[in-house]
Amino acid sequence: MDLLANLSLGFAVAFTLKNLAYCFVGVTLGTLIGVLPGIGPVATIAMLLPITFNLPPESALIMLAGIYYGAQYGGSTSAILVNIPGEASSVVTAMEGYQMARQGRAGAALSIAAIGSFFAGCVGTLLIAAFAPPLAELAFKFGPPERCSLYVLGLVAAVVLAHGSLIKALAMIALGLLLGIIGTDVTSGTQRYTFGISNLSDGIGFAVVAMGMFGIAEVIRSLENVTKREVFTSNISRLWPSKEDFRGSWKAILRGTALGSLLGILPGGGAVLGSFASYTMEKRLAGARSNFGNGAIQGVAGPEAANNAAAQTSFIPMLTLGIPSNPVMALMVGAMIIQGVQPGPQVMTQRPELFWGMIASMWVGNVLLVLLNLPLIGIWVRLLRVPYRLLYPSILMFCCIGVYSLNNNVMDVSLAALFGLIGYVFLKLDCEPAPLLLAFVLGPLMEEELRRSVNTARGDWSVFVSRPLSLGLLLVAAALLLMIILPNVRRKREEAFQE
Amino acid sequence: MVFRIRHRKDFFAGLIFIVVGALALLIGREYSLGTATRMGPGYFPAMLGWLLVILGGTIFLRSLWFDGPNVGHVGYRPLVLILVAMLAFAVLLETAGLVVALIALISIAGFASSETRLRETMPLLAVLIAVALGLFVYGLGLPLKIWPAP
Repeated sequence: MDLLANLSLGFAVAFTLKNLAYCFVGVTLGTLIGVLPGIGPVATIAMLLPITFNLPPESALIMLAGIYYGAQYGGSTSAILVNIPGEASSVVTAMEGYQMARQGRAGAALSIAAIGSFFAGCVGTLLIAAFAPPLAELAFKFGPPERCSLYVLGLVAAVVLAHGSLIKALAMIALGLLLGIIGTDVTSGTQRYTFGISNLSDGIGFAVVAMGMFGIAEVIRSLENVTKREVFTSNISRLWPSKEDFRGSWKAILRGTALGSLLGILPGGGAVLGSFASYTMEKRLAGARSNFGNGAIQGVAGPEAANNAAAQTSFIPMLTLGIPSNPVMALMVGAMIIQGVQPGPQVMTQRPELFWGMIASMWVGNVLLVLLNLPLIGIWVRLLRVPYRLLYPSILMFCCIGVYSLNNNVMDVSLAALFGLIGYVFLKLDCEPAPLLLAFVLGPLMEEELRRSVNTARGDWSVFVSRPLSLGLLLVAAALLLMIILPNVRRKREEAFQE
Repeated sequence: MVFRIRHRKDFFAGLIFIVVGALALLIGREYSLGTATRMGPGYFPAMLGWLLVILGGTIFLRSLWFDGPNVGHVGYRPLVLILVAMLAFAVLLETAGLVVALIALISIAGFASSETRLRETMPLLAVLIAVALGLFVYGLGLPLKIWPAP
């Protein structure tokens, strides 16, 4: 069978000593930044990009991917023990998990979270292996108009990701696309929006934008509200959940995995959406008599499984179609381009060792994560005691040196500071930065495909609707937009994000 | 009729989008739009500029109509100090070297939090400089200048 042959190729790559080591480094770092509030996978991956220049592509991607799904594990630890979600995707875990910790059931909550995440991670890995090849097959039939329509769909779907005003998210997309234009136009050689600054002629690095808007802006925001943390560490007496805990949570894990996998595949989805949806679903299913709000284990098991499943399956659109579904995937696309690999369906056929090696490494990474998180929980807990006043100077240092070493250019550090300011202003105005970053990465690709489509059709814009595949993609995008505008769907969406 | 700003967040957001869109259109006038069959470098930016102006305009107008939250507390102290610290790092790195740039970065950034204690900042600075040298300079071999040039 193809799948088995492919997977064994993948495991052969993932099990080389070097790649195992990079996978380990990735998931450890991921857990670390997942545990620590105030720094997320986007800023971390952006910081580490310069380091990956010198690695072979598969090692680089294995490590970066590990940071993302590792952060999902780590995020739950601080959510349960401190009631501060280390990651946006563990916001809902904090609600039930923290209550469990207060009742002295922190160990059970942590274990169920880890077990649920592990199960979901395994399923997610298998799903990628099964669904990626047929999707890539489909993507091969795409010409420039289809790719252009696909980008439109991807960006529209990203609006679902932005909680808050639809129109502001659309404006952020337009702004991101515009920022992506800065630099030299590939076709005509025209310098666009460079203001005569030679450093801008290559465009702004996406890592600079990501680190500014997700790293620096977050540090500034964290510093303005001082929060007290209460760590429940003495209460972890027993780690292993009781029989009732298992009985109460295995169904929630299954449901969370299914929901998360589905939402992860959709462009615009990802870990955050998965965990919110799963929490809402578990709460509905449990009914009014349940102990939701007072440490219901389903409320930990479901969302934790969902966010990990979604983190895994969100690789599918990126690996097969080349469209990132969330900011982390946008950075992965960037990392691949830096490595000279053009993301898209051809990766699977031209670089099978890269593609399957990365997938196999995700399973390996999940095993490592369970080992890292359960027996070593004490170490992570101790890290939580590090006060933010010692943490943020360290984050700043890594950001500054990381940005500088991208191009050995101090101008990039100033630019990152500028994007920190822009990001902070947008945070204050309730404008989500995620759609902007996606659009920023997709902008140049989209313009190229748009020009190619219209030029080959001799200026006839109807190519986008006369080709069935392209029309279909645009219709889905239109349907999505319509759906969000419809009043009752909109209310549900707001409800889901509020809880 | 006098308009009142009802939704301050959207008011400012809309304003920013309109201004950026208008600037993009204004600067973009120099780039050729191209012909119907051959799109020039000015086409896509012009499209986006108009889109941004229209979306920003809608957000702006709505903010005069619907009520919404105020912008809220702005932490000027961390905002200014963190940005100044980064700019100082940028200025000092290639002139005075990594060690001096880090001392500037971390001491300026330290003032951004009211919880910073001098007796903690000193050891932290020493540790971070050691980590930066050990990890980035010796470990990864990044070409960073460490000391001011003689």
